[in-house]
Amino acid sequence: MSGFALVAHQFRYDQKAFWRNPASVFFTVAFPVILLLIFATVFGDETVDVGGGIETTTYYVPAIVTLSVISATMQSLAMSLVIAREDGRLKRGRGTPMPPWVFIAGRVGNSIVVALMMLVLIATLGRLAYGVDVPWDRLPAILTVLVVGAAAFCCLGIALTAAIPSQDAAAPIVNAILLPLYFLSGVFIPDDQLPSGVIHFADAFPVRHFFEAFFGAYVPAGGGSAVEWGHLAIVAAWGVAGLLIAIRCFRWTPRSG
Amino acid sequence: MGDSVISVRGLRKRYGDLEAVRGIDLDVRRGEVFAFLGPNGAGKTTTVEVLEGYRERDGGEVSVLGEDPRHAGGAWRERIGIVLQSCRLDPYLTVRESLELYAGYFQAPRPIDETVELVGLTAKADARTGALSGGQQRRLDVGLALIGDPELLFLDEPTTGFDPSARRQAWETIAGLRDLGKTVFLTTHYMDEAQRLADRVAVIAAGRVVARGTPDDLGDRESLPTTISYRLGGEQVSVETDRPVEALHELTERALRDELALENLEVTRPDLEDVYLALTAEGEAAGGEAESSR
Repeated sequence: MSGFALVAHQFRYDQKAFWRNPASVFFTVAFPVILLLIFATVFGDETVDVGGGIETTTYYVPAIVTLSVISATMQSLAMSLVIAREDGRLKRGRGTPMPPWVFIAGRVGNSIVVALMMLVLIATLGRLAYGVDVPWDRLPAILTVLVVGAAAFCCLGIALTAAIPSQDAAAPIVNAILLPLYFLSGVFIPDDQLPSGVIHFADAFPVRHFFEAFFGAYVPAGGGSAVEWGHLAIVAAWGVAGLLIAIRCFRWTPRSG
Repeated sequence: MGDSVISVRGLRKRYGDLEAVRGIDLDVRRGEVFAFLGPNGAGKTTTVEVLEGYRERDGGEVSVLGEDPRHAGGAWRERIGIVLQSCRLDPYLTVRESLELYAGYFQAPRPIDETVELVGLTAKADARTGALSGGQQRRLDVGLALIGDPELLFLDEPTTGFDPSARRQAWETIAGLRDLGKTVFLTTHYMDEAQRLADRVAVIAAGRVVARGTPDDLGDRESLPTTISYRLGGEQVSVETDRPVEALHELTERALRDELALENLEVTRPDLEDVYLALTAEGEAAGGEAESSR
């Protein structure tokens, strides 16, 4: 098989395993939907003081898409790769003629496809349940930001596996990094309620910049240009840094034993 | 060397201060089941991982299927199959799907159904691997290693931690590999496993080969003493002798003459387990001395 056919083959089975795994379906697909429903129910009647004032639901749709993309890529990849590594599956794969990168590429493909599906799911829910407009004329910008962000957070997820010693440590380490950043970056709590010091702190990390870029593309009323290249470039730079760490530090053999 | 599938000369491997493998020579012939037998920590897995191309070595010559595993690529990997000591499967794929996934990695894989049958999992073909017993998972491991139709198969401790019935099933699967004409390199710390499956055995202790041969003539069993034991006047007597025929003749002659009842009279030859324990104990003692004299 050619390299592409091998990746497609790997991707098919990764998709099967993903959709049959209750933990991955809940945390990656169901959890963001639940969060959107909760935020819209609790804060639905308020407005957010961004770009001259927008509805809260208009704010939370791109916020939850941001969370969904990071969850489908960085979180899901870091956890599933650590599990495969500690189970010995990465090592076994290296004992076959398959080039090792195919295994990673299949998982990355899986993550990006799930991220795109989550965009469709959350955007549809936002439109039907809360009347949040889907900015069709900005679709190229939305997809550009999403794919660059998804790729960058995939690289960060792969890099992060080097810091995770065991299967049990995977979820706590990933959540300890991402949950505070969601709060501090305006994903859970709207921008206008966060102290400027918090925003400055969050600006040091890629979650905030990805959110800014995606929000800019998704909410024309926010006043930004379709693609916020500055924010997107910072996200991409993080991705490149993650890729370099991944290339240097990624392990194929179990840490334990 | 014409029919030699694996050839190893003077293999050495060190981890920090620990010299795990201290100059091993091995030759494995085409079509045989070769057992590499030794206690935990003797250097078995290190050696097999060097042969599989997973580990760098510090010294020695290694040829597997005519190539140095250090530099061997995809074409070489088409010809070998590996069962790792511990490897869990993706629990959300079925037996058949797992085999299909791995079949896709090879140019000319074996047929899926035939392989499922070969490892005795036909009834479980559509079960998720997470629902298999330990013995069934191990047989699927063997199936995954066979799916590329390799010439040479590595099995690293294939039955460690198994209950007796799971072991027996795994043994039947492995014994079947010889009928397929595969060369099998098996590591184990069970003497009975080597005896049951292997054509030839090398015993490793403390990083050195301490004995080699067929399971029957291993360690020159004939040279070890025979034990004659009996009860006499309520007392248990046990005598070790190198001349069992003469000793037994003298004993029974005296018993008949003096009308002694030799209760529970028994003559025991050392079994393979005894030979193995004696060999590895010697090997470890010798290794220990070498360690401290450095």
